[in-house]
Amino acid sequence: MVKHGVVMDVVNAKQARIAEKSGAVAVMALERVPADIRAAGGVARMADPKKIKEIMKVVTIPVMAKCRIGHFAEAQVLEFLGVDMIDESEVLTPADVGGHIDKSKFKTPFVCGARNLGEALRRINEGAAMIRTKGEPGTGDVAEAVRHMKLMNKQIEALRKMTIEELADKANEYGVPLKLVEETRNLGRLPVVNFAAGGIATPADASLMMQMGADGIFVGSGIFKSSNPLKRAKAIVEATTYYDKPEVVAKVSEGLGEAMKGIEAKALPVEKRMQERGI
Amino acid sequence: MRIGVLGVQGAIEEHVSVLSRLVGAENVLVVRDRNELEKVGALIIPGGESTTISRLLVKNKLFARVKALGREGFPILGTCAGLISLAKQGDEQVGRTGQKLLGLLDVKVKRNAFGRQKDSFEAPINISVLGEKPFTGVFIRAPMVERVLDKGKVKILAKFNNKTIAVQQGNILATAFHPELSGDARFHNYFLSMV
Repeated sequence: MVKHGVVMDVVNAKQARIAEKSGAVAVMALERVPADIRAAGGVARMADPKKIKEIMKVVTIPVMAKCRIGHFAEAQVLEFLGVDMIDESEVLTPADVGGHIDKSKFKTPFVCGARNLGEALRRINEGAAMIRTKGEPGTGDVAEAVRHMKLMNKQIEALRKMTIEELADKANEYGVPLKLVEETRNLGRLPVVNFAAGGIATPADASLMMQMGADGIFVGSGIFKSSNPLKRAKAIVEATTYYDKPEVVAKVSEGLGEAMKGIEAKALPVEKRMQERGI
Repeated sequence: MRIGVLGVQGAIEEHVSVLSRLVGAENVLVVRDRNELEKVGALIIPGGESTTISRLLVKNKLFARVKALGREGFPILGTCAGLISLAKQGDEQVGRTGQKLLGLLDVKVKRNAFGRQKDSFEAPINISVLGEKPFTGVFIRAPMVERVLDKGKVKILAKFNNKTIAVQQGNILATAFHPELSGDARFHNYFLSMV
C-alpha cells in the first residue's frame, strides 16, 4: 500500500533500481524529470511505453507513470501497460484545457495534483484515488508545496464550523456533490491519501511536509539532480518515516553533497508555472 | 497490555483505528523504534511495500529485536507485506531486492502473486477460526504462501483459489489480504485472543 513513504521520479532502469534500493514505495517512470522538462520547453507528453516497460521489468515496487491532463487515450495506454498508478499531471502539457479525465472509467487508480480544496475535491469526484499538492515541479523550491498544503488544511478546518447551508454553498462553489464536502468535514481531512509534491529536495523538506499533514512524499528532480542520489534518496526515505524526530533528520542530512540547484518558484512568470494547469 | 502497530510505512492508521475500537486508543501504540517496541505486548506489521519496511526495520535496529521477541512467543500479526517480512523464504523478487526476512514463519512466500495494482480485488473468504460467515478479503498487489516448509508447525487458516492466504504458527499470524480494510474486526479480535 502506497502510504507513508516516498515516490521517486526515475528516467531509466538504473535510477529505478537505486530508488528501490533506497526504500522508495513506488517509482514514477518518466522520459525526463520535471527540471529537464522545464529546461527543454516545448510540449511534454507521456513517456515512451518502451521506457515504462523497461522500468516495470526491473523493480518489484509499484510503477507509476504520467499522462497529460485530459488525455484519456494516454491513460488507456498506461492502463494497458499495467502501470500501478496513473498520474494525470500538470508537469506534462495539458491535452484538455477545459477538463480532466473521467477517472471512474479506469481500473487503474489515479493520482492528481491540487493547489486547494476545490481542486482536490473535483479530482476526487472525477475518481482520483490519491491527491498530491502541485507545488511547483522541477524547481527544488518547497515554498509552493507549503502554500498548497497550508491552504488545503485551512479550507478543511473552515468546513468544521459551517452550517449545512454553508456547506452546500461550498459544494456549489467547488463544483462537487455536497456529500463529498460533508465527508471531508466529518473526516477532518481529504477522503483519500494526500501526498506532498512539487519542489521537495532535502530530508528536512520531507519532514516539513509530513509535519504539515502529508501522508507521504513525491520527489521529482530532487534526487537524481543531486550529487549523490542514493545517499539522498535513503535520507529522504528515513526523514519521511521519522519526520517528527529532528535527531534522525539531522543525522541523515549530514554530508549529502550538493542538493539540486533549483530556481525560486516565486521568480517564475505565471506562464511558466506548471501549477496553473488543470484547475 | 498495549498493542503495537509497526509505523515505518504502509497502512498504519487503518490498523490503529480497528484496534482502538477494540481495546481503546490508549492501548494502541505506533512503534517506530526500540524504545517503543519495549512498551507493547504484541505487534502488527502492516501492509505496505515490503522492501521499504524491511530496509527501515534493519536500519533502525528493530529487526533483531522483533525476531528475538517472535521466537520468545510474543504475538505478531503480519498483513500483506507483513506476511512477507515474517516468512523464512522469499521468491526471486525478494532475493533480487536483497530484502531481509524475519524467518518467524516456516513458509516460502511469493510476492505480487495476484498481479499488479489493477488486478487488486475483494472476495469473500472462509476462515474457519472466524466462524461460518465469510470474511471480506481485500487483496492489493497481494503475496501468497507458496509453500509451507514445516507442516507440523504451520497451520493453514484460509485458502483462496487454492492459494494459501492466511497461516498461523503458534504466536505468529499472517494474512496475504488486508483485514484492516474490510470493516470487519473479527480477524483483529482473533489476533487479540492470542495476546
